Amino acid sequence: MYILLLCWRYLRTRYIALASVVSVTLGVATMIVVNSVMSGFAFEMRNRLHGILADVIFESHSLDGFPNPEYQMEHIRQAAGDDIEGMTATVHVPAMLSFQYGGKYVTRPVTLIGIDSATQSQASDFGKYLQHPENRREMSFELREGGYDTRDHQAGREAKERNVMELAGWEYRRWRVQRARDLKAISGDLDRVPPPDFDGPPPVQAEGAVQADGAVQAEGAERVATDAAPDEEPSGRNDDGAPNDGQDPSAKRPVDPFAPRAKARDEVFDPLRETYTGLVLGIALSSFHDQEGEERFLVLPGDDVQLAFPNASIPLRIVSDRFTIVDFYESKMSEYDGSFVFVPIRKLQELRGMIDPETGVTFVNSIQIKLKDESKGDLVRDKLRKAFPMELFNVSTWRDKQGPLLAAVQMETAILNILLFLIIAVAGFGILAIFFMIVVEKTRDIGILKALGASGRGIMGIFLAYGLSLGIVGSGAGMVLGLLFVVYINEIAKVLSKMTGHEVFDPSIYYFYKIPTIIDPWTVAWIVCGALAIAVLASVLPARRAARLHPVEALRYE
Amino acid sequence: MSNHRLRSLSLSKSYRKGRVDIPVLRGVDLEVRRGEFLAIIGQSGSGKSTLLHLLGTLDAPDQGEVHFDGRRIDNLSGGQRDVLRNRHFGMIFQFYHLLPELSALENVLAPAMIASGAWSYYRRRRENVAAATRLLETVGLGHRLKHRPRELSGGEMQRAAIARALVAGPEVLLADEPTGNLDHATGREIMQLLRSLNRERKLTIVMVTHDLAIAEQADRVVRLVEGRVERA
Repeated sequence: MYILLLCWRYLRTRYIALASVVSVTLGVATMIVVNSVMSGFAFEMRNRLHGILADVIFESHSLDGFPNPEYQMEHIRQAAGDDIEGMTATVHVPAMLSFQYGGKYVTRPVTLIGIDSATQSQASDFGKYLQHPENRREMSFELREGGYDTRDHQAGREAKERNVMELAGWEYRRWRVQRARDLKAISGDLDRVPPPDFDGPPPVQAEGAVQADGAVQAEGAERVATDAAPDEEPSGRNDDGAPNDGQDPSAKRPVDPFAPRAKARDEVFDPLRETYTGLVLGIALSSFHDQEGEERFLVLPGDDVQLAFPNASIPLRIVSDRFTIVDFYESKMSEYDGSFVFVPIRKLQELRGMIDPETGVTFVNSIQIKLKDESKGDLVRDKLRKAFPMELFNVSTWRDKQGPLLAAVQMETAILNILLFLIIAVAGFGILAIFFMIVVEKTRDIGILKALGASGRGIMGIFLAYGLSLGIVGSGAGMVLGLLFVVYINEIAKVLSKMTGHEVFDPSIYYFYKIPTIIDPWTVAWIVCGALAIAVLASVLPARRAARLHPVEALRYE
Repeated sequence: MSNHRLRSLSLSKSYRKGRVDIPVLRGVDLEVRRGEFLAIIGQSGSGKSTLLHLLGTLDAPDQGEVHFDGRRIDNLSGGQRDVLRNRHFGMIFQFYHLLPELSALENVLAPAMIASGAWSYYRRRRENVAAATRLLETVGLGHRLKHRPRELSGGEMQRAAIARALVAGPEVLLADEPTGNLDHATGREIMQLLRSLNRERKLTIVMVTHDLAIAEQADRVVRLVEGRVERA
């Protein structure tokens, strides 16, 4: 009883001890904040990584792929059918994407993925990341009339509006084509030698001859395009040169995209009423962030782009074709958004020669498998590895694919935790020092208590309880502080940004509009328990010293 | 049962100072009878306080024995000595030695708190508080229950210390220079209080002092010279 009473009185009268606990408070608060933010990031990242990757990926080693995916799927079902929710076959191939912007060709390396629009969403969250609400419901490679999201549907109200997306769609395409034609009509046959003060890049786009002088004269115009992509950029695009070899479905031969033979087919393909094969473009490929962090689009749904990729023959030859953007893909993983381009698998197979002309057997290079229970990934992977020859197929889970990234995040968290825990440990030494001081200060009182019959254990109990209650006060305050910080972290970031004048949390880097946080009650409990343990441990030595004080000497102490 | 409340047999004790042992007590034989008010006087450094500590089991002798009610107590275990000090001995000191964080009442209650666990103390809290209050009233501090030691005068503090020493109903009161830090008048009041406690409660009191005038108010005076009892 006296233990509690004295410990309570000491707690209320020794403010110096409370000062020593401030570092415990700060340590606990920081640990809670860091853990919450890190697990928030990890969670978002895992979601995004997983969003595009199926649970288990079954793929061939070669780019040419393997034949007859239906047959392989049958086998997969036999091997691990109970766990499988859905499957879809895909073709992956590295490709070069080019489109004209500001009078110049912008070329980017991409990963071209042929997907089956009907089954893709069964195997991954692909559909969820599209920008047209209809496409999210049911994916289609047809260009929509309009109605693309102007507000990022995955972000909250904080997201900036993408006003330019309002234009996207068929309407934009018609307007763009019409405008280009009008311009052409005005300028007569100027498509070969465009005037230098022409408001846009040269209307010509396919002819090699133009390239030389086109590049020169486009210098002035190209920057203007940045301001209003739709205004500018269409004029350069889909003029007469556009439909060269693109829509030839049997184009397996290497095609020079700039072959001047396209004119003949111009009558066949009318960009006012038709599109090329649909294509879904990773959103980061279509846009960039300018200095102000503003998102600027280079192309929009309705624009045409050109893709070049190797076919499936030996030796490799380059195939190229034109596609029309029908939607953007935004998974918020810059790695994916900046490299993935989706086209219909059938079209890709045709272009790459992955369909046997005699039997009609198709080739794919991977099968994406979605499981009923994602946690069984390793199990299914091992089953499939046993069932299929390793020389031909590679089976991996999405975790295997993104293992290093996830491991890096985990390691970061672990190291941060160790460092922060060291802070609390340092606080422990502070408590130790202050406790020794208090024991010295209280020497006489300890003697009195002993003279009154208090046992050494009881004296020790006073100081241990004191340490524990300091720990409770410190870590309790730290917990409250930390949780408040986590809850209001975005507001705090905003205030800090305003005060310091530069962005504390830049959404364009992470694609998050808010700092993601997850408060795990167990983590919080562990942190608090750890802090308490340190506080108690730090008070053990002084408490032992107090317990061993000789009563006579303690009483004599003045 | 022996006639002696407390008895020491050839007690000796020395302290180490650096490399040399300084003998403080060199074979003290002392008998304290039941209900006796015994004063031990001696010069500073004559070992009287050490003798008191040995009698009160606060310290262990190098040689010799201490008996309490015919039972040897100097060789008891630490726990048993704690109980002995808590229940059977009351102690008061020159510098009162009240706990500064606790009020007068709480100081008086401290031995009771030490004696029992939190729960059993809580159950008997009312009785304990009532007893402590009565005691404080007996020593004339009924109006100072909630005051902290630093808000009390020296005499009041010593009264509170006496109340604390008596709260567990001890058989022996060990007083170490109880008036040493008080002015003459207050010292006399404290002595009157001790006398009346000795008379009314049949309390055995062993008092250490260097002041002959104070010592003479006791039943019997023992003089301690250079660690030995001087035969009067």
